[in-house]
Amino acid sequence: MAGDCHGMIDRRELLTAGGASLLVCALPGSALARPSLAEAVAGFTGGAPVQTGRVTLTIPPLVENGNAVGVNLAVESPMTAADHVRRIALFNEKNPQPDIAIFTLGPRTGRARIATRIRLATSQTVVAVAEMSDGSYWSSSASVIVTLAACIEDLS
Amino acid sequence: MTRALVNVPKTAKRGDVIDVRAMIAHPMETGYRMGPNGVPIPRDIITRFECLYDGEIVFAAEFFPAMSANPFISFSTVATASGTLTFRWTDDAGKVETATAEIAVS
Repeated sequence: MAGDCHGMIDRRELLTAGGASLLVCALPGSALARPSLAEAVAGFTGGAPVQTGRVTLTIPPLVENGNAVGVNLAVESPMTAADHVRRIALFNEKNPQPDIAIFTLGPRTGRARIATRIRLATSQTVVAVAEMSDGSYWSSSASVIVTLAACIEDLS
Repeated sequence: MTRALVNVPKTAKRGDVIDVRAMIAHPMETGYRMGPNGVPIPRDIITRFECLYDGEIVFAAEFFPAMSANPFISFSTVATASGTLTFRWTDDAGKVETATAEIAVS
């Protein structure tokens, strides 16, 4: 009798343990999924509101090769010690990882104008967010059509 | 032999905003690609770039795998005094590559 009861508890424990392990299995999956564009931007701003404007993001609307997409960034700012751009971050919508680059500027940078080359895995939106010295955030976005993808293609 | 290319004007007037361009030869392997044997190619990217004007950081950048191979960056700085601009790239393994350029400010 006691043995039977013990057996019941064992089964219950097993079942709950099984359920828990299922939950544990499900967690890494959600952790692996990349954060959305909005989540990535919120992670950069720390949840502060982001206004549209002051930032100019120039990308060709149609690119043939996603391996090297020219990006031009400009932020309207006098770049003085009292009023300058502190950081500019670039985010993408559909690459395996949302971050592209974070630039740190200061009054000695002279002008908030940056050019670089990025990778885009597919046609998507690219967002630039600028953090000003007064703590405000400004953004601009551009959508790009990519005909040859980057990042995830395999060597053959 | 350095594998970096930097472009800084040789001379400038004091207070001028000068354009600076820097590029380094690096595969910027994303870690998302599979090799011919089906094994993922390990990630190998430059994570940090810094530009120092006479030892003081005037511009810095943090890179992610979405930066193109041979990362190129163009920015500007204020010509404050004659001196040296040092460019520093740090990769995943912590290896640091540097390049320098002299500027004469009148």
